[in-house]
Amino acid sequence: MIRLNINDSKQQVDVSPDTPLLWVLREQLGLTGTKFGCGISQCGACTVHVDGVPTRSCVLPVSAVAGRDVTTIEGVGTQDKLHPLQEAWIAGQVPQCGYCQSGQIMSAVALLESNPNPTDSDIDKAMSGNICRCGMYGRIRAAIKTVAVDLKPAAGVQMFDPKTEVTHG
Amino acid sequence: MGKWTRRGFITAGIVGGAALVVGVAIRPGNQNSKLGPYVTGDGESLINAWVKIDADNVVTAIVPHSEMGQGAQTALTQMLADELDADWDSVTFLEAPAEDGYANYPMAKGYVLGDMKIPDILMGSVDGIFQQVSNAMHLQITGGSASIRATGVYGMRVAGAAARSMLLDTASERLQVPVSALKTEKSHVVNSQDGARISYADLAVEAGQRSAPTSPKLKTPDEFNIMGKSVPRRDIPSKVDGTAMFGIDAEFEGMLYATIAAAPVFGSQVASFDASKAESMPGVTSVVDLGNAIAVVANGYWIAKKALAQVKIVWSETENDDQTSESLFAQFSRDIDAAELKHDVELGDAGATIANASRVIEREYRVPYLAHACMEPMNATAHVQQGTASILIGTQDPLRCKHAVAEALKIEPTNVNVTNHYMGGGFGRRSLTDVAIQAARLSQAVSAPVKLIWSREEDIQHDFYRPAVLSKFRAGFDENNQLVGWENRYVDKHEPVEAPHIPYQINHQLIGSVDSPTHVPFGAWRSVDHSQHGFFTESFVDELAHEAKQDPYLFRRNLLKGNDRLLKVLDLAAEKSNWGQALGKGRGRGIALLQSFGSIVAEVVEVRVEAGQVTVEKVIVVVDAGFAVSPDGLTAQMESGIIYGLTAAMYGEVEIAEGRVTQANFDSYPMVRMKDAPLIETHIINSLEAWGGAGEPGTPGIAPALTAAIFSATGTRVRKLPISQYDLDLSIEETEHMTPS
Repeated sequence: MIRLNINDSKQQVDVSPDTPLLWVLREQLGLTGTKFGCGISQCGACTVHVDGVPTRSCVLPVSAVAGRDVTTIEGVGTQDKLHPLQEAWIAGQVPQCGYCQSGQIMSAVALLESNPNPTDSDIDKAMSGNICRCGMYGRIRAAIKTVAVDLKPAAGVQMFDPKTEVTHG
Repeated sequence: MGKWTRRGFITAGIVGGAALVVGVAIRPGNQNSKLGPYVTGDGESLINAWVKIDADNVVTAIVPHSEMGQGAQTALTQMLADELDADWDSVTFLEAPAEDGYANYPMAKGYVLGDMKIPDILMGSVDGIFQQVSNAMHLQITGGSASIRATGVYGMRVAGAAARSMLLDTASERLQVPVSALKTEKSHVVNSQDGARISYADLAVEAGQRSAPTSPKLKTPDEFNIMGKSVPRRDIPSKVDGTAMFGIDAEFEGMLYATIAAAPVFGSQVASFDASKAESMPGVTSVVDLGNAIAVVANGYWIAKKALAQVKIVWSETENDDQTSESLFAQFSRDIDAAELKHDVELGDAGATIANASRVIEREYRVPYLAHACMEPMNATAHVQQGTASILIGTQDPLRCKHAVAEALKIEPTNVNVTNHYMGGGFGRRSLTDVAIQAARLSQAVSAPVKLIWSREEDIQHDFYRPAVLSKFRAGFDENNQLVGWENRYVDKHEPVEAPHIPYQINHQLIGSVDSPTHVPFGAWRSVDHSQHGFFTESFVDELAHEAKQDPYLFRRNLLKGNDRLLKVLDLAAEKSNWGQALGKGRGRGIALLQSFGSIVAEVVEVRVEAGQVTVEKVIVVVDAGFAVSPDGLTAQMESGIIYGLTAAMYGEVEIAEGRVTQANFDSYPMVRMKDAPLIETHIINSLEAWGGAGEPGTPGIAPALTAAIFSATGTRVRKLPISQYDLDLSIEETEHMTPS
C-alpha cells in the first residue's frame, strides 16, 4: 500500500511502486483530467503539482510522491469556483481540442504562484514544456497576462473579448 | 418502404440539402423510427432530425459532426438557431448518433466536388450519385472543412428556416391571422397586432404534423442575429477543469487495459513470438496475436506496456525491408520522368510554349511524410459480447467506425453501438477505424471490456501519413518577361482534386500526376493535398517573381487581373503587413495566397534569421470564408492551422529507413512550442460569396510564406521541407535539380 495525498484527500493505492503517478491518478483514482501524451516528459499533458512544483506525472514513480502533496487539475478549481486562470481560459476561448489544457493550466498556475507578473520570456520558459497541437499558444499567453494584470489592477491591458473583436493578434 | 417513402416526401421538398439526405424528418407519432429514441425524451416533439423543441421551449440542434476543438458544433447550432429565431440562451445541441440516417451526404458532395460549380440542370443526377456514395461509404465524417459550408449551409440553416416556417403556419391557423401579421423572436411567435406571444413549445406538436415547406426562405445577412457573432463555444468550460470526457477517459465496468506493438515495416506480419516472460508477469491477462500486431492485455496500462517490452516478436520479411526515404524519392523522380502523365489541367500548349520561351525556369520541390501527432494518443474502448459490440471512442467518423467494427467482427452493424467522445485532436487521423477494430478484437479475444491505448511511439510509427510528394516544375517567360507557360508534374494525386491548380492567368498550363505507390500508408492530414501543393505552387510563383525581378506581391497581382475576390484578400494582407517596408538585415517577409475548401487565405510571414536560427516573428493572415459564422472561431482556426503548418514546415519529417519509420516521440518528431510561436494577426473579409471552410485553409499558406521570407532574409531558397535540415548560416542557393541520392 502506498499512501498518497491528492488534492488534500488521503488515498491508499495498491500498485507496483514503479507505476508512474499518471496511471495511478487515471486508473486507480479516477482522476482523468490529467492526460497521457507522450510518456517521456516531452509534452506536459500530464503535469501535476508535487509540493507546489509542476511535475510530469508520466515519468514519476508513484512511490516518489508517498507522503507529499499532489495537486491535479481537479484540485485547481471547479465550475462553481474556477481558478482565475480557468476563467481567463474561458474568456479568451483558449482551448480547441482541450486535451493539453489541464497540463497547460497546471504549468500556468505554478508560474503565477512563483511569479505573479511574468514577462514574455518568463512565460516562454514556464510554458514551453507544454505542447498544444491546436497551436493556441497566443491565446494561452494572452490569458496568463490577463490574470497577471488582474492581480495588478493598475496596469491597463484590455481583456480579450471574443464577442466584439473581429480582428486581433 | 415506410421510412423511404417518408424520406422521399422530404426529398420532394422539405429542406433541400442535408435533412432530406439523412431522411430523418420524424414526426410526432412516428416514434418507431430507429432515430426517434436517440433524440426524443419525455415531453419532447421532434420537428425534424436537425432540431427538436422540448416542452420547456429548449431548442436542441442535432449536429452530425464531432468536436475536436474546431468549434463546429457550436457554429452549426448558431446557424440553425438563427434561422429559427431561437432564444440562444435556451438553445443546446446534441451530437447525432452513429446511425445510417445521418450518413453525411453534403460532406461527400462538398468534399469530393470541392468548389466546382455544378450546372443546375445536372444537380439532380449529381445529388443522386453523391447520396449513393455517402450511403455506400457510411460517411458521417467530420473533415474537409465541410461542417459549416456543407452541413451548415444545406442542412442546419434550411432546417431552422423550415421549422420556423412550420411554427408560423401553425400559429397563423390557430390565431386565424395571416402569417404576415406574425413575427418570430426568442423562440416565440409574436402577434404583431396585439403583442401576444406563443412559445415554440406550445406550437411544436401541431407544427410537427404539418407538411414541411418546400423551400423555406433563408435570412439575408442583414437579418442575422446569431450568425456572425463570436458566441462562446459550449465545449470550452469542461476543457478547463479536467471534466471533458475524451475517448481515453471513457470506461466500462471491469475493463482491462491493453497496449500494442504493430509490425514496424508496413505490410509485415507476426512470424513468431515468445510471450512466456510477459505472461508470467503479475497483472497480465493475455498476450494476443492480431496478425500484424501483438497486444498485451493487463489490469493497467503501465503493466501492459512493461509486459509488451518483454514479448520477443519475430516479424516476417517483406520486399520493403530496404526502403528508405531517399529510395522512395528516387522512385518518385523516375516515375515522374517515365510514366504517363494524368492531366489535371491542360490549357493551350504548355510544352511548345516553354520550348519556345525566351527563358525557362525549372525547379523541384519535395515534402516528406508527416504524422498527425494528435495530443491524445490513439485509443478505443470496446466491449464485445454475444454478437454485439459497444465502442467508446473519439472519432471523426462514428458511422464508418460502426460499420468497420461490424465488418471486422462479422456481426450486423445494428449490433454495434458507437459512443463518440471529444477528440484530443483529429486532423484527419481520427477519421480512420484501425484502433477501434483492434480494441474490438482484443475484447473479443479476452471476453472482457478492453481499453486499448497506443504509446506515443506507436502513434508516430503507425499513422496514415500525409504523403511524401515530389513535384517538378517548368515555366517559360517570353521576350517581354511575361510568364506564358506553366508545367507541374507530381506524384500521386489524392484529394481535393483542385489542390495543384493555380488561380493565376497563365495561358499555357499543363498540370498532371503520375502514380507512384509506396508501402507507406497514407491518409488525410489537415488540408490534405493542399498542404503539399500549396507549398509547391506558391514557392514556384515566388521564385518566378524573383526571376522576373518583380516584387512577389505585385507579380501575383498582375496574374490575378479581374479576380477581385482574390485580389482583395491579397491586397489586405500586403496592406496590413506593411509590405514593401524594409525590415533590415537578417529579416525578411514572404507572402502566399491559397484558395482551399472554399476559402481564400493570404499569409505574410515576418522572419528573423540570426546565426542560422529561424525566428518566425509575426504572421498576418487575411481570410475570406464568404461569411464568418463565428468570427472568433474562424480566427482561432486560422491560428491553429498556421501553427500546425508551421510545425510541419520547420520540423516535420517522418523518415523511412529499413522500411520503417525512424521517428518515435516528440523528442525525435519536434513540435512548435510557446517559445517558437509567432504573433498571429487575423483579418476577416466577409465577401458574402459562397461560404467556405475554416479548419484547414489556414494551413497550406504558412510553409511557402515562411520559406519566401527566409529567402528574403538570407538568400537561401528552401525547396525541401522541413526547414530545420538547412544550414541557414550559409546563404547557398540549392542546386536547381535535386538528384535524389
